[in-house]
Amino acid sequence: MSRAQRIAFGVMLAFFLLAPLVLYPVFLMKVMCFALFACAFNLLIGFGGLLSFGHAMFLGTAGYVSAHAAKVWGCPPELAILLGTLSAAALGLVTGLLAIRRQGIYFAMITLALSQMIYFYCLQAPFTHGEDGIQSVPRGTLFGFIDLSNIWAMYATVLVVFVAGFLLIYRAIHSPFGQVLKSIRENEARAISLGYDTTRYKFLAFVLSAALAGLAGATKAIVFQLASLTDVHWTMSGEVVLITLLGGMGTIFGPVAGALVIITMENYLAQLGAWVTVAQGVIFVICVLAFRRGIVGEIAHFLKKPL
Amino acid sequence: MTEIFGIPTQALFGQLLIGLINGSFYALLSLGLAVIFGLLNIINFTHGAQYMLGAFCAYLLLNKTGVGYWWSLLLAPLIVGALGMLIERLMLKRLYKLDHLYGLLLTFGLALVIQGVFRNEYGTSGQPYAMPAELAGGRNLGFMFLPNYRAWVIATSVAVCLGTWFVIEKTKLGSYLRAATENPALVQAFGINVPRMITLTYGFGAALAAFAGVMAAPIYQVNPQMGADLIIVVFAVVVIGGMGSIMGSIVTGFSLGIIEGLTKVFYPEASNTVIFVIMAIVLAVRPAGLFGAQK
Repeated sequence: MSRAQRIAFGVMLAFFLLAPLVLYPVFLMKVMCFALFACAFNLLIGFGGLLSFGHAMFLGTAGYVSAHAAKVWGCPPELAILLGTLSAAALGLVTGLLAIRRQGIYFAMITLALSQMIYFYCLQAPFTHGEDGIQSVPRGTLFGFIDLSNIWAMYATVLVVFVAGFLLIYRAIHSPFGQVLKSIRENEARAISLGYDTTRYKFLAFVLSAALAGLAGATKAIVFQLASLTDVHWTMSGEVVLITLLGGMGTIFGPVAGALVIITMENYLAQLGAWVTVAQGVIFVICVLAFRRGIVGEIAHFLKKPL
Repeated sequence: MTEIFGIPTQALFGQLLIGLINGSFYALLSLGLAVIFGLLNIINFTHGAQYMLGAFCAYLLLNKTGVGYWWSLLLAPLIVGALGMLIERLMLKRLYKLDHLYGLLLTFGLALVIQGVFRNEYGTSGQPYAMPAELAGGRNLGFMFLPNYRAWVIATSVAVCLGTWFVIEKTKLGSYLRAATENPALVQAFGINVPRMITLTYGFGAALAAFAGVMAAPIYQVNPQMGADLIIVVFAVVVIGGMGSIMGSIVTGFSLGIIEGLTKVFYPEASNTVIFVIMAIVLAVRPAGLFGAQK
């Protein structure tokens, strides 16, 4: 990490360590779950140039699987989260093979359509309990000795999952794999002419992104003890696009900043009903027209350092 | 009662009719998307919201000013088309030099705003819209009962689709349009006002969506969410057909409506997902779409 990035990472870590002293921990856990979700999404759009409009399917599917595993099969939380993550990776494997065949806006439309298919499946499948969702999922005992019904134990677990996921993404972006991915975003034809099998790289990035989105979804289901249709709906796919766009596409810390802003806004505007949707739409329009670098992108541009 | 494959013919033809109706809307909407995409190179996510706006225009015209269905069929597309041109002039125009994905994001945001505003005002429940008295009732065809209004919707959308195809493929105006799709700079050099053509094209696409919305109002109820879920299915239709050809999107739209209707008869559990499954198969076999140009 460069110096600026180390400082930013320190600020982020300090924020999530100290904030629960003044802010509601459950709210912060929600922010971290969405931040990880958006970081996973950003890996695709920000570094691979692939706009997925169906990332909710990974978040939601992993949530259902981990909730089902914890509640019906009685799995401990670590196993439930692992199963959820694996299910999202498997789904990413199948949908990735199809979606990667087209590019640009087709890719966005295909992922959107596939996630709508998953939504209808979740609406009808018996194990998801339709409109009710899977409720009162037990948090259980992590590794057999950490009782997650304790809010601080849960908080620490989510923090560890989030930071681990974040660092994994950071590592992936700065590995040779990530560099090739960036070259594909910049000029795919040239990357092909240099001998890179670009389809394979894009496919790998897609599966990795799906798995990490699944990790966020599985953790979220355990934290909120709930898996519901909201998480597979297309509005959720739109929300993660918004979070990433507002925070700064292609920046490392952008999705985290975006998640903090958007989740805070939703929390305070929740009682205003559909105005939340209007506000999200307005932010979309403003970001696209006048604020394409996003929050962190603007800061990085001002400091002339990548963040 | 007569049966085919153990299904009463009454039910079979009934679902086939619903399929044709849905197919009419798929065709009209995917046609509009294809026309806009051809010239602007953006996928118009606001299309579903514009379809909903058309239906609400008809509803408001009737309830606030007493303007009936037939005038709405003319006025709603004009209003929504004008609104579309405004959007193109004020916002979309600034994005043509950027990655096409920004157009998608902008129109998605606009769709959220429009749908959110209407949901605030009218909630999520549907508002009924009476069908015009001239088209009430129906006729017995011997093997099934055909409501007049549904026959009108199918006939009109076929006519509008073919009319659009004719204008684009067979007239001078259409040839300008196709030339501008290929090479806007060159067409502009011949003295044709391409920016104005782009604005009018977007307005036309939006008007087409509104026209579909007015026709849909008496069949489905007028509901702020009516376009949101429909547009995703239409995206799948567009991926299946490929956006290369106008006729392709018309044929694909109608056929998928019929296939969806038949699925409701033979395997109702899959009726929501069948179009997406077909999309997956088409992608695996022929990624460019059935009518798309293979790269």
